[in-house]
Parts: sequence; C-alpha cells; structure tokens
Amino acid sequence: MTLEDTTNMSEKQVRRGAAQQKLLAFASLIVLVIGFSLASPRFFQIDNIMSILQATSVNGVLAVGVTMIIITGGIDLSIGTLMTFCAVMTGVVLTWMGAPLLVGVATGMATGALCGLISGTLVAKAKIPPFIATLGMMLVLKGMSLIVTGTKPIYFNDTEGYTDISTGSLVGMVIPQFPLPNGVLILFVVAGIIAWVLGRTVLGRYTFALGSNEEAVRLSGVNTDRWKMAIYALAGAICGIAGILISSRLNSAQPALGLGYELEAIAAVVIGGTSLSGGRGTITGTLIGALIMSVLTNGLRVLSVAPEWQTVVTGIIIIVAVYADQLRRRSAN
Amino acid sequence: MTELVRMEGIDKRFPGVHALKSVGFDLRAGEVHALMGENGAGKSTLMKILSGVYHPDEGRILVDRTEVAVPTPRAAQDLGIGIIHQELALMRDLTVAQNIWIGREPRLSFGRLDEAKLNADAAAIFDAMHIRMDPRAIVGGLTIARQQMVEIAKALSYRSRVLIMDEPTAALNDAEIAELFAIIRKLKAEGVGVIYISHKMDEIKRISDRVTVMRDGAYVGTVEAADTPISTIISMMVGRELSDETAIIPDLSGAETALEVSHLSRGHELKDISFSLKKGEILGFAGLMGAGRTELARAIFGAEPADHGEIRVHGKAQQIRTPADAVSAGIGYLSEDRKHYGLALGMDVRANIAMASLPRYADRFGRIDEPELGRIARRYIQTLSIRTPGDRQELRLLSGGNQQKVVIAKWLLRDCDILIFDEPTRGIDVGAKAEIYRLLNELAASGKAIIVISSELPEVLRLSHRIAVMCEGRLTGILPGGASQEEIMALATKREGLAAE
Repeated sequence: MTLEDTTNMSEKQVRRGAAQQKLLAFASLIVLVIGFSLASPRFFQIDNIMSILQATSVNGVLAVGVTMIIITGGIDLSIGTLMTFCAVMTGVVLTWMGAPLLVGVATGMATGALCGLISGTLVAKAKIPPFIATLGMMLVLKGMSLIVTGTKPIYFNDTEGYTDISTGSLVGMVIPQFPLPNGVLILFVVAGIIAWVLGRTVLGRYTFALGSNEEAVRLSGVNTDRWKMAIYALAGAICGIAGILISSRLNSAQPALGLGYELEAIAAVVIGGTSLSGGRGTITGTLIGALIMSVLTNGLRVLSVAPEWQTVVTGIIIIVAVYADQLRRRSAN
Repeated sequence: MTELVRMEGIDKRFPGVHALKSVGFDLRAGEVHALMGENGAGKSTLMKILSGVYHPDEGRILVDRTEVAVPTPRAAQDLGIGIIHQELALMRDLTVAQNIWIGREPRLSFGRLDEAKLNADAAAIFDAMHIRMDPRAIVGGLTIARQQMVEIAKALSYRSRVLIMDEPTAALNDAEIAELFAIIRKLKAEGVGVIYISHKMDEIKRISDRVTVMRDGAYVGTVEAADTPISTIISMMVGRELSDETAIIPDLSGAETALEVSHLSRGHELKDISFSLKKGEILGFAGLMGAGRTELARAIFGAEPADHGEIRVHGKAQQIRTPADAVSAGIGYLSEDRKHYGLALGMDVRANIAMASLPRYADRFGRIDEPELGRIARRYIQTLSIRTPGDRQELRLLSGGNQQKVVIAKWLLRDCDILIFDEPTRGIDVGAKAEIYRLLNELAASGKAIIVISSELPEVLRLSHRIAVMCEGRLTGILPGGASQEEIMALATKREGLAAE
C-alpha cells in the first residue's frame, strides 16, 4: 500500500477497530452470563449478581490503577503487596493510634501514593526497567507488612463503621430492592474518575503519549519523568483504596495477603484489550475484563466445578482473549 | 587481471523513486574499486542488489563471466560475495568464533557443539589474515575496529572472493584505519576483489585502484584513482544543473541575532563550534554523513546536552540541559526521524499538534479544552494545507509530507521562533518537497530563525541564506548563499590534520 492510499483510509475504520475490541470483550461477558444462567438457575439471582460484583471490587480497583501504568508502556508488579501494606498502615493508624476513620482512609491512600512515587522515581529517574523496579518493590512491601504487624493481622473491631466501607450499601438505603455494596460503588466511582482523567486531562493525554512514543514526547519539551512519576503515584493511591476495601471486607489487615493480586489485576487489564506494549487501552475494557474473571470464578463455583479447575479455565481465557485480539489486529492491517 | 564481477544495465524502481538507471559496474580480482557518490546516489542500492538483498527490475549480473541469479543473501554468499555493513551485525554477547560460524557450527554426535573445532577454524582464518585475535573473546568487549575484523573474518569464512565494505572507516581512528588498510592490501594480494564505499577523499586515494562515481541513480564514470585529481572526482559527484534551485537571499543586515552558539563541544562528536543565526535567516548545515550536524542540533536542543560552550537566545545566555529548557527558550527541533522522535503515530492530528503546548489549554484541574484544541488544529490544517480527513485522524495514516507539517504546526503553536529542521524532506516525495520549501521560506519571511540540516546539496543551496559546513565534528567554514557545490564539498571533506592535496 502506498502512502497515498493510507491517507485515504477513513478515520471511521480506525475508530471501528477500537470499538470492535471493546465489543468483543463485552460480547464474551454476555455470552458467559447467559451460558451460566442457562446452566444453573442459581446463577442469575440478585444475591449472586451482587456477590459477583462485590468479588470484582478489589480486583477491579487494582486493575483500574494498573491500567494507567500499562498504557504508559510500563508494568507494576507491586500493586498486590502495596494494597496489603496500605491496609496495614490504615490499621496502624485506626486501631493502634485510635485515629478517626477519615484519617485512616487518608493514610492508606497516602501510603499508596508515596510507594507509587518511589516506584515511579525508580523507573523515571533511575531508569530501572518497570518490571524489575516494581518486582523489587513487591518484595520490599511484602516484607514491610509482616515487619510492621509482627506477622499478626490487625483487626478493626474498635473502628465504628469500617466494614460498611465495603459491605454497607448507600444505594440500598435509597433503593431497597437494589442493595449494591459500597465496595462496588467505590469501584465505579474510581473507574469513572480515572476514565475521565485518561480521556479529558493533560495527565491522561500524556499517559497515552508516553506509551505511544516516549522520546517524541520528551523532544516536545515535556518533562516526561515528572509525568511518569505522577502516574505511578496516582496508581499507588488507587492501590491504597483497594487496600481499604479489602481490609474493610475482611474486617482486618492480613499482612500475609497480597501476592498474586497483581497478576489477577494485570490479567483483567489484558482481557479488557489494553495493550501491554502501551499507547492503547480503556477503563471500560478493564472493568469488563475484571467482571469476566469474577463471573467465571463464580459461575464455575455455582456449577460445582472444583476450584483447581477454575484457575485452569481463567488461564485459558486470558490466552484466548489476547489471541483473539491479535487476530483482529492482523485482519485490520 | 581477471574479471570477478560484472553488472550490466541494472535498473531498479521503488514506489515513486527511480533508484538505479541502467547502471554498470565491474570488479577485477585483486583490486580495490571505490564506489562514490552523494547520499542517495544509489551506491547502497546497487550493492544490495549484488548481495541479494534487492532484486533488479532489469539487467544482468555476471560472476566469473557467467550470468548468475542472486535471489537471496545466502545465494550471494555461495557465489563468494560477502558484504560488511556500516552497522555491524554481530551478536555482542557471543564469542568471536561463535559469531563467525553462527548457523554453521561444527557438530558432534547428539547435537553437541564442537567448540574446539569452532575455535580452531576461526583461529585459522585470523592466521590467514595475519592478525592476532582470540577466538574466545566476547565480541561486545572489542573495539569497533576489532569488531570490524571479526566481520571481515566472517565474510572470508564463506570463502568470499568479493568483499563489499560500506563506509568501513566511519567509526575508526587513524591507527585503526591504517590497520584495516593493511588487511585490505593482504586480501588484494590474495586475489580478493574489494568494493569500497566511502565519502572520504583521502582514503580513496590511499587504498583504491579505480573509482566509479554514481549520481542520482545513474552511472557517471570510472577513473583510475592514481592519476585523477580529487577535484575531478568531486565535480563528477555533484555535476548537476542548478536551474531555479538557488535561494533568494534577503537583506538581513538590520535583523536581530536570534541564536548565538559559542565554543560548543561534546566528546569526540562536537568540537568547538561557534556560529550565530539572525531572525528571518535560513542557515543551512551541509556535510557528509557522520559530520556531527544532527549531534549539534541535539546539543542545542538539550536532547544530548553539550559538555562545554554557551548558547545565547535573543542575547540572553541559556542553560539548556533538557528539551524542556530549549522549548521554553523558544527553540523547536524537527528530527530527521519523525516516526521515532517527532510524532506519536498512534495518536491523532489534534493531539500531536498540541503535544508541546497542552498545559496552556488546560484548566486548574488539568482538564483539556478539547473544542479549543480542535479549532486550533483545524486552523493549522488549513494554513499549512495538511491533507487529512480531519483533526481526529491518526498520524500513521498521513503521508510523510503531511506528518512533517504536523510537526511544524506543533512548534508554531508552542511559539517557537527558532526552528531546527533536520533533513526536513527525508522520505517525502518531490511534490511535497516543494511545498515544504515554500513553507520554510514563508516562516523565515515572518521572522522565524531557521536552521536546515540536509544531506542533499541542492536542497541546502535552494534554501540557505548562508551555508555552514561541518566535517567530523568541526565547523569547517560558513559560506555565503549561492556558493558552489564544489566549495561545499571541499569543506565537507576537509579532515583535521590532513593537508589538502
């Protein structure tokens, strides 16, 4: 194809490509839901749907955060243990120091932002590849959680209303027929905010631009290091939210928890069609990806499939999702 | 002497370019035949055809007076034709011997490698070349010159009788060049024919027997190196008509100085460079590949900051350590490699135009004023006549000339009044070139100070009000606009410490 031909290729074709990708993931989700509903009458019940959504909230929030980093062409392996460390720090402030709830929540998010900033600095300033820098942070934070707590969980029994953060239902108070858990509400709010940041703000524009061509952005006179650090810090703060959600649901900060959550979140991002090579990705895609994963887990459990088989199926789904996306791209070119 | 290779009537077209126009070339056993010409003359294309990388549209190739087909690089190797590219193609983490025999390793039973034979065979080749080299040394730890020896040994391991060397001395110092030439002379004595591509006049005189000159994809002539003056070779290289290709030079005696560079140096790449640029002026930078022009541009722009020297913008000294510093001083840089350094190809026209100016169009929450950016983008699309279906079109779907205009728009929106164009028309077709030239002239007329780096002399002559010429990291002279191509080439080949002939 010559340059002239490509010039005449319509803008619509490109947009259609992006839409197709999201549609593919969404269609798979619908197929799964319909399939499980037909297979078991217990699946499509409001309680079960709510429990699927509740199960999505922590992984979803983590996935939304790491989506930004993946769009820059980076990766963050420390989000799982960072989530736990944030939960631990929240526990320290609330339970050990007896600080008010809001201070605890702020501490959790600030811890996340600070650790994200450290990862971002290692990546942007020290030029350590993101995989290595965040692998190191993953282990450091895992250890820190155990050290701070003396390997014992911190319980939130004395903090009034802490469990409501995740399991209460503001929506249910207004519409009793629809008891949407607060954790899910928080997921949607966080996703909405990050989708807005990515789509409408300077930070979002540079997130895509960094993943698209970092050197070109730097040579446009943009301080790419600073923006990159900001993105890692924001993703870290979102891990803080995930930490508060999970500790609220468990009514405790479990210091040994966390490892493995990063891979589940990255899997959700990938199923949602975000490219690991950067420059492309959507928050809706990530949400759909996270939902596909929890629908699968839940549906297979409802069908009484052994848990060890559930992970096998999830693994296959990831590979199929990415392969389908490859095929679509190849036919688009 | 016996004839090794003969190429007759070789014709090659690429989309939009007639790269080779019925070119002929021949090589005898035991000679060094230099192939010369400006960038884009067709030397590399011709050699890629001989080494099986490209296929000619027309013409024939004879080896040992027998017509042959060279469909693949492998076929070329089997015919005894080896090529050593300017960019060395070695695996840095493997040993010398492993590199030489890659893909042809001697084996023992059960697929085990015979490392002893591998090393012994490599040592035998180096013995034949009369050089000392440890076959077990890791290639990445060798100097560029030693790596080149490995490449030569690798080519010889295919029993090559024809060795093509593309700018082999580009990264070598004088002592290393001498060593390379000693090896070439030994190969000659053994009957190997060497095709030697270089821009450096003095080397051509030192090493080659015959010189063939190409220009604009056509064969110009072949001369004996010993009794042909350098000036004759230069005029063979540049001798094209210059109709309507000279710049109209405005009177800039009253214009303010926009940029003043003094004693700029960085490592071996830039040596004590000083010049100034006025508002409304187009200063052309000519020189051969590797002269340091791009390095100079990147130093001024802070992409790779200089070690020493001063940069004054509108009379004020500026510390430029990063591109962000340069941009806030009003300097914009348009890279020779737009795809890697200039544009985010996966993003749309609007986002690319706004790339350097985004914070200016955002409120205190960082929210981008998209409608305003859309209006601005559409205005630039109109004024620069960027051909695109709209401002949301992805950049990769635009032609090279239109992509270049998007980069120009990016810097105009950022209010940059000093613009450095590095190879502004590379990869752009002829019609779009004229449009870029017109645009550059208009920008200068509106008071922008412009630097144009170009490897195409007609382009430099057509645009420049003054012409700065570089050679090996030094500024060898500044000529007035309308200087002759011979004057420029003389400065461009004026190497340090070598008396002009």
